[in-house]
Amino acid sequence: MIQSPEQKKVESGRDVSLDMRHIVRTNGVPILFLALSITMAAVAGLSPAFLMNEVITRFARNSLLVLSLLIPVTAGMGLNFSIVIGAMSAQAAAIAVTLWGIKGVSGFLTACLLATPLAAITGCLAGLVLNRAKGREMITSMILGFFANGIYQLIFLFLVGSVIPFNSKSMLLPQGVGVRNTVDLINIAQSLDKIWRPVISGVRIPVVTVLVSLGMCVVITFLLRTKIGQDLRAVGQDMNIAEVMGIKVDKTRIIAMILSTVIAAWGQLVFLQNIGTLNTYNSHEQVGMFSIAALLVGGASTRRATIFQALIGVILFHTLFVVSPLAGQKLFGVPQIGEYFRVFVAYGIIAVALAIHAWQDRQMRKEAIREAVLTE
Amino acid sequence: MTDKLKQTVEHIGIPRLMIAGFLAVIFVTAYITGMSVPQLLSDSLVRVGMNGILVLAMVPTISCGVGLNFGLPLGVLCGLVGGLISMERGFVGFPGFFAAIAFAVPLAVVVGYLYSVLLESVKGQEMMVGTYVGFSSVAVMCIFWLMAPFRNPELIWAIGGKGLRSTLTLGNYYGKVLNNFAVFEIFGIKISGGLIGFFLLFCLLVYLFFRTKLGIAMLTAGANPVFAKSAGIDVRRMKSVGIIASTVLAAIGIIVYAQSYGFLQLYMAPLMMAFPAIAAILIGGASLQRATILNVIIGTVLFQTLLTTALPVTSRVIQGDISEVARLIISNGMILYALTRSTGGK
Repeated sequence: MIQSPEQKKVESGRDVSLDMRHIVRTNGVPILFLALSITMAAVAGLSPAFLMNEVITRFARNSLLVLSLLIPVTAGMGLNFSIVIGAMSAQAAAIAVTLWGIKGVSGFLTACLLATPLAAITGCLAGLVLNRAKGREMITSMILGFFANGIYQLIFLFLVGSVIPFNSKSMLLPQGVGVRNTVDLINIAQSLDKIWRPVISGVRIPVVTVLVSLGMCVVITFLLRTKIGQDLRAVGQDMNIAEVMGIKVDKTRIIAMILSTVIAAWGQLVFLQNIGTLNTYNSHEQVGMFSIAALLVGGASTRRATIFQALIGVILFHTLFVVSPLAGQKLFGVPQIGEYFRVFVAYGIIAVALAIHAWQDRQMRKEAIREAVLTE
Repeated sequence: MTDKLKQTVEHIGIPRLMIAGFLAVIFVTAYITGMSVPQLLSDSLVRVGMNGILVLAMVPTISCGVGLNFGLPLGVLCGLVGGLISMERGFVGFPGFFAAIAFAVPLAVVVGYLYSVLLESVKGQEMMVGTYVGFSSVAVMCIFWLMAPFRNPELIWAIGGKGLRSTLTLGNYYGKVLNNFAVFEIFGIKISGGLIGFFLLFCLLVYLFFRTKLGIAMLTAGANPVFAKSAGIDVRRMKSVGIIASTVLAAIGIIVYAQSYGFLQLYMAPLMMAFPAIAAILIGGASLQRATILNVIIGTVLFQTLLTTALPVTSRVIQGDISEVARLIISNGMILYALTRSTGGK
């Protein structure tokens, strides 16, 4: 629910404890996950330095991908499960750069340059599809991701080497057709991370990578203040009113998808340069789900997501990711329990967030009908 | 003449024509390359019987107005639990098979009811919520499989003595009981009367259900909730019955699937089970609002025949296993087609 600032002020002025309750109520999800992470970390008995190292690495690796989700949410298209398409574009670029042997930062930048038009085109296509499924964007974007995965596999498993010329035997499967399951990204591995990586009290910080993510936060904030940002928000609030106001709704939604897909492609490249190897047929599969789960853990909903929520969400989700198998090992003696628990958390948080959103939507509609009846 | 042709094409539907054409190409290729066509058809029929009831599970939810049941794994998990209890108790052969169903159905009714309560409160987002409720329940059950108090040494890991194995062999229990029942041959095509008969029996049961008063009330509630309400039909209850029926069918469906496959697959195996079933019924010509038994039969036959024949035939022409990729593209392409086509409110 959107609360006007005046209302909030009255509430906080009246009673401090009420204000506290308000904070808990509006930030219930991140607080719950914070408590869960702390408990599990305590159970697992991890050293703070180890935990900090892991979380910082994962923060640098994943935050750009999570940020790519913000624009479609603003445009009222819900959580964009089809950011996997951006990830696939990035992987195509990463394979090309490895094939050409462009090394270091220039290799990374070439990959970004190559991935951008690919992601823009595929994002535009995704936008066109989603415009035909208004009100069902999320399920459609999810199926679109699966569909694109099929096309991606068709290209890289059967067409590369047979139809598409490819002159590196070592990167192909033994029969000469199809890219190998793993590609060693030796040229761009860690290229961004190792530019400047100071160690502060035992914690290694990939400064440049973190700065790239924070830079993207600034860019998104700036973008949302421009004319395009205003259009996106207007479309997100009500498509019909936006149409009446003279905003080209379909075009705006396509722009949102293009931006999201391009940012996701860059995000996947940042992810890959940190990991250093590409699982040709798996690296992209979980990207959409994990990013969305992280955003939701940060307290976002399918209607409202802020940069702050995205960043907090990445930290909390990945802390849980690091500690839960270890806690499972300590508590039950079976590490798989913790592993399945984090799979459950990823799926469960999405299920709960979607359910709450749908339920609130219904309550709001009911309220509106009641008000309409009363005013009559 | 051209008008008539156009009408026929529209009536059958372009996706179905494309897939039927694809199948024709596959069979012609098989014949030219000297493969046994009857053998391919026999294998296809087994796959049809194996998957049919899972596809049939989509009919009640579409008919009662909830849409495609992406929460199919819920029913599948109930079926798996039933199958496990039957094995734990040591039932063998047909008694084992029916015991599995008997254990699974009550569980599926309860789970289906709870699922229907949830879906009622998230009206408009049933498909998306259903998908993720299905996914998360699979993850929860993974933890359950690890902790479950089963004792039968053939079910649990040999080392450690705790936790169920990921794949359980049904050979000594009720593996292939339906497949091996009443097998006969026509034109060299082996047909399992038990398996196909069981599938057709359930088709008939669902068909008859939609001829009863309750069934017609459900169809009305799905097609036009406002009209149904004014006619005195409890729309909410109808949806509830539809979702329960779908969950029960999914539970029975997975037991039939498992006995035919010969293995009970636990852990992450049920995760994606909903998608091929959804694709099959959509290929059969169903939409998000309407599905018939004929859609189920046509869709299952086309889709499963395609999947069964694509691998052996294409591997003669193309290197590598393209059938998995074809499955991904066709099934998700089909779902995408249905999602972007159908109109109707949120």
